[in-house]
Amino acid sequence: MSRAGVIRALLFFGVLTALPFAVTAHWIVNLGVFTLIYAGLASAWNLVGGLAGYPSLGHAAFFGAGAYAEAIYFQHRDAGANGLMPFLVLPIVGAGVAVLGLAVGWIAMRTRSDVFAIVTITLLFVAQTLAFNLNSLTGGSQGIGMPPAPFDVDTYERPFYLVLVLLLAVSMGVTWAALHSGAGLSLQAVAADEERARGIGVHVTGVKLLAFAVSVGIAGMIGGVWAYYVSFIYPQFAVDPLITIGMVLMAYLGGRGTLWGPVLGAFVLVPAQQYLAYQYGATQLYLIAYAAVFLLIMLLLPRGILPSLSHLLRRRHAATGRSPDETTQDPADAASTEAGTVAEEMAR
Amino acid sequence: MHTVIQALILGVLTGGVYALMASGQTIIFGVMKVVNLAQGALVIAGAYLSYSLFTSLGLDPFLSILVTTPALFGVGAGLQWLFLRPLREEDRAELSLLVTFAVALGIEGVLSVTYKTNYRTIQAGYADRSFTVGGYQISAVRLYAFLLSAALLGLLYLLLQRTKFGRAVRATVQNPESAQLLGVNSRIVAAAGFGIGAATAAAAGAVYGLLYSFNSGSHYDLISRLLSIVVLGGLGSIGGSIVGALVMGVVASLVAALGPPIWSDFSFFIVLLAVLLLRPRGLFGASLRGAL
Repeated sequence: MSRAGVIRALLFFGVLTALPFAVTAHWIVNLGVFTLIYAGLASAWNLVGGLAGYPSLGHAAFFGAGAYAEAIYFQHRDAGANGLMPFLVLPIVGAGVAVLGLAVGWIAMRTRSDVFAIVTITLLFVAQTLAFNLNSLTGGSQGIGMPPAPFDVDTYERPFYLVLVLLLAVSMGVTWAALHSGAGLSLQAVAADEERARGIGVHVTGVKLLAFAVSVGIAGMIGGVWAYYVSFIYPQFAVDPLITIGMVLMAYLGGRGTLWGPVLGAFVLVPAQQYLAYQYGATQLYLIAYAAVFLLIMLLLPRGILPSLSHLLRRRHAATGRSPDETTQDPADAASTEAGTVAEEMAR
Repeated sequence: MHTVIQALILGVLTGGVYALMASGQTIIFGVMKVVNLAQGALVIAGAYLSYSLFTSLGLDPFLSILVTTPALFGVGAGLQWLFLRPLREEDRAELSLLVTFAVALGIEGVLSVTYKTNYRTIQAGYADRSFTVGGYQISAVRLYAFLLSAALLGLLYLLLQRTKFGRAVRATVQNPESAQLLGVNSRIVAAAGFGIGAATAAAAGAVYGLLYSFNSGSHYDLISRLLSIVVLGGLGSIGGSIVGALVMGVVASLVAALGPPIWSDFSFFIVLLAVLLLRPRGLFGASLRGAL
């Protein structure tokens, strides 16, 4: 990792961790919790949808699986005196969901692009139907309640917030590793041309299944934290198409396939989403508003903020800083301004 | 044995209605290579339109499709023109999924605001009538629905095979560039193709409203079934989607009759999984792809 990259990551996570200690207003930390949930989900989705080029629309099913796993844990054990036990079981929840992901991915990843998207979205609806119907396990439409965590009322959100920061760091760390390692190169080869990658000896199936399993495992753990946080889960909220579409949209908005893009997308969209839900939630108008925002982003910024920004800055620099004959060169070496380099590095 | 045959009859009748919805989906995929996730929402919109015409004017749902199909044709063509046409060719396949998903959410929102979210049904006078043939019960509504679907599928076949417009559509499906070189205006064909897909949804919606109770959120349930059907049939083949719909209809109704009813909902997905394991391209995907 470049030094600027290390500094940027340390700064980002430093500020993020400090926030709930500096600001204690419940609504802000609560907004932070939801922003982190989606940032983590978008970042995890990006491993499969961005890096491997498999546009999964079923991730909310695994988020829901994690949420139910956590809720079911509570039916056998309580939160413990300090309330941290539910967090400590998260790795087990994540591993379980990842194994589930392996099985699903093994079948679903026989298909590609649009058919893969169809199969995964169908999976999502099936998961929701399962959650409604497996009464003995999920409580059906009654849902499952969990006792509230024994945390101090004034800083109730803080532990959840910090665990989510950790999960976001894991997700971004995996993404960074995927962008800078042999396995990551294989993954990008799969996205670029799967048949050719297979032809030159990349373990295509293994690599993409690994990406899928890790990605849904992280989504499952985030689902677990969410369940513990909201302390009452119903099928329609735990396995919600809006969660899938939220993480996908955020990854697209920020720039999919990039390290920072999905996180940026979440930090822009979640506050907007929460505002719309508060303002219009009762009247369903928020669905229309949400669809409108969604369509605008897709039509105006189909490549996402970071790639568009770095493209723009490179072009601008190429047009002003170099002589005309040099502007036809690869725009990549034209970027040397501070801003251009930052946007470009973030886009990578 | 009696139960099995009764379930078979019901399955075929239901499958026919799904075949109509799925063939609309298939035409849209054919002309644009776009998987329309809003197809279910368009069906529900059609159901609400017929519901309104029935409750306010007393218009029979089977007659109301004369109004609702042109209306949704316009909506479909408009949606294509506004939201799908601007997408760049290279990322259309993926972005169109998200765009049509957003359109589905938008339609759901508009319907929720207009009609609220309580469940509705179209209570026609003949809703409970049924025929008995050789000891088997056949519900009148389901039979009419099946006949209507079959008739519309026949019309669709004639439109595609026997008219100049149909030739232009088929040419666009097979090879958009060559079609354009031969003087087909592919942008108009794409918009009209989307419109026809939406129009079939309007017709299927009228029938859906007669058969089931629905609310604005019902499209999620529909779209998962429709997607299973088109993947089963092989994307882009109308014949495949009809066979897929009948297979799914029969399997779901057999499972409902013989097993625990909740598994009927999953039979769609289980069949889909089995097909993906054995034939990832769907039943007819390999041989008929690009042929409509």
